[in-house]
Amino acid sequence: MLTKPDVKPSGEGAGDSAEALVEVADLEVHFGLRGSLLGRFGGKAAGAVKAVDGVNLTLRKGEVLGLVGESGSGKTTLGRTLIGLNKATGGSIRYRGQEISGLGERALRPLRRKLQMVFQDPHASLNPAMDIRTAVGHPLRIHGLVDSEQEYDARVTDALERVGLTPPERYLGKFPADLSGGQKQRAVLARAIIAEPELLVADEPISMLDMSVRAKILQLMLDLKRDLDLTYVYVTHDLASAKFFCDTIAIMYLGRIVEYGPTEQVFADPQHPYTKALLAAIPEPDPRLAVERELPRGEIPDAAAPPLGCAFHPRCPVAVAECGWEARDLRALLERRWLDLPPETSAAEKALLGNFDEPAAPGLGTVSIAPGRSHTAEDVLEYLRRLREEASASDPREPFWRGVVSMHAESGRAVVEFAPPRDPRLDLIPKTGVQVACHLHQHAASAQGT
Amino acid sequence: MAQTTPTAPVGETPAGPPLPAPRSARFGGLRRIWAAIREARGVPRFMLWTGAVISALFVILALFGPLIAPYGFDTYQSGGTRFPKQGAPDGDHWFGTTVQSLDVLSRTVYGARTALEVMVLAVVFSLVIGVLLGLLSGYFGGWLDRILVLVMDALFAFPYLLLAIVAGFVFAGIAGGSIITAALSITVVYIPQYFRVVRASALSAREATFVEAARAMGAKPSVVIRKYLFGNVIQSVPVITTMNAADAIATLAGLGFLGLGIQPTDAAEWGYDLSRAIDDVNAGMWWTCLYPGLAMIIAILGFTLLGEGLNDVLNPTMRRRRISKVLLPAHTRRRTVDATEGTAAE
Repeated sequence: MLTKPDVKPSGEGAGDSAEALVEVADLEVHFGLRGSLLGRFGGKAAGAVKAVDGVNLTLRKGEVLGLVGESGSGKTTLGRTLIGLNKATGGSIRYRGQEISGLGERALRPLRRKLQMVFQDPHASLNPAMDIRTAVGHPLRIHGLVDSEQEYDARVTDALERVGLTPPERYLGKFPADLSGGQKQRAVLARAIIAEPELLVADEPISMLDMSVRAKILQLMLDLKRDLDLTYVYVTHDLASAKFFCDTIAIMYLGRIVEYGPTEQVFADPQHPYTKALLAAIPEPDPRLAVERELPRGEIPDAAAPPLGCAFHPRCPVAVAECGWEARDLRALLERRWLDLPPETSAAEKALLGNFDEPAAPGLGTVSIAPGRSHTAEDVLEYLRRLREEASASDPREPFWRGVVSMHAESGRAVVEFAPPRDPRLDLIPKTGVQVACHLHQHAASAQGT
Repeated sequence: MAQTTPTAPVGETPAGPPLPAPRSARFGGLRRIWAAIREARGVPRFMLWTGAVISALFVILALFGPLIAPYGFDTYQSGGTRFPKQGAPDGDHWFGTTVQSLDVLSRTVYGARTALEVMVLAVVFSLVIGVLLGLLSGYFGGWLDRILVLVMDALFAFPYLLLAIVAGFVFAGIAGGSIITAALSITVVYIPQYFRVVRASALSAREATFVEAARAMGAKPSVVIRKYLFGNVIQSVPVITTMNAADAIATLAGLGFLGLGIQPTDAAEWGYDLSRAIDDVNAGMWWTCLYPGLAMIIAILGFTLLGEGLNDVLNPTMRRRRISKVLLPAHTRRRTVDATEGTAAE
């Protein structure tokens, strides 16, 4: 099992005293969607995917920040935006006090020397038609950092030695196809450090590698950090490696940070329900210690139409009224129920409701349901009330009904009203230094405050 | 075919026997092409090598034409005596003479020279322009791409000979009826082919991680295109080049046959000779049209075979890898485990 190496003595940079290298404020990265065929011709955007939606963080010199989340949580986009590979659509990124979020490609180029990236797939991130000597040293040529061939060779050799590709002479003339995955990733790391960067964004650098090589590459990255005074942003979905590798961890969900704090604290005492679920999903090697997993139900929602309020609420076991319940959730609830019931029963229940497409639209705070043929609005209300009763009796209580404010009949239709949604903010939990965006904790904080 | 060299350990320790010395780093792509050519077997191998031999003969004939041909292409007299008019093949004029008293053998040999010049110029022009435009269009995309694709598709829509004729008229007005003019009018026909192929591979290569990585390194677009796209895109080009070379000879002959392209006073040209020979055929004189026509067919055949062979060998969708038998050296000695038994018994 991976254990956290003793890097704390040199890593006091993670403390408050260290200078802030990168400050991110309210960062937004939205991608426009081209909708229908007609929309494509017209070039009109049909909504946007909020890949990163209001992120604040501070990266101190020498810190290792882990961005953790499921696929589609925006962690890679955030990492790429930090070094200017994606355009931010809002907010600011300040690198050493310099605003870089609005800079064009040309203005960014000199900065690229200091902001480097390691990509997920080592097999694809080296040019197959370029030998290692040329590939690894290319940043030197691009930024004009060497004057002579001797100096160039010396620096390439040095970089290869640093990443453990020894003896370097063996690798200089090789092509990427001649190297194994681990060796390629080492070459990629050599290329990333050769121009002496300050910040290295590593986008799942070990996920494509063999298990036997993963820990070695991570250890190599830690050694490089110690020797070269690097700062890392480590993007991963692998909590075990994040625990080993990171000083600070930011858990992302659907473009937002839901929990952000020192790694030990987050792992020891996770605050957000999503973090708890992620931690519960780490496999336990000892089957006797394995616990019942409460994995979040369902899939990560569509980022083009995120849920109201807290984006995690449809999957959250402990959601409260103001988490942002909406009409879509009612539909999802009923569909889940009908899947479990025998077909005749579910068909009978379906017949109670008339047109059921309306609640599929996102962002509806009230929904009026037309009763099915030969049924009245009262029947529908009766049915929903019965469901509510059943839910309150069941053991993990269905949190959906907490969000329903009222159900009543209106002009022949059943109207269900939901509590007004509220976006959870990242709030600092005193003493621990962990920030969490969850209504449960805001309740606790305000209760303590009064 | 990204196979790892078996001697390179999967792990991290670079132990093991030294690998073969790295070959010239600059021509990584060509190295792979050459390896594929050497591996070719069967029909592709036959086509490739037959085509290569014929093409080589054609090139030698063209390069050393003045040494091989007995007379100049526009020589009609020797030592004050005029050549016979429409003379049948004999000892002095192996291929006979034309109505203008020109030696058919000399004209055929010089025609190879003209064909080679035009072919090389046309291929080089269209290669340079087509590849450059394709790279720019594929990498930058946007409006540049749209406009270029529109223009190229429009060029594609014309029958190629018609396009060459129109271009020939246009360029002839500017530069006169020279070899350059003929080459330029053929160039126009072939640019879209290079453009399309290169643009398509540049489009896919642009999305590759290594291009993104180059951008993240801070490389300018020109550097990305030269160092990262070019080497990966250019591998699809040799096949088109040889096919176009064959086609260029035919197009040139077509232009010459129609009396466009090169002026007869500038150079000998097979197509022009053929058009002059039409009347001779009716008069029963076979030699004036046979030899230029035969030369044309053989040259086109050579380059087509070369191109098709290359295509079969290099195109990964058509290439079949063979499993070759491993021949172990014969047993000479039996290995013995027991030392006390002494050396091996046969």
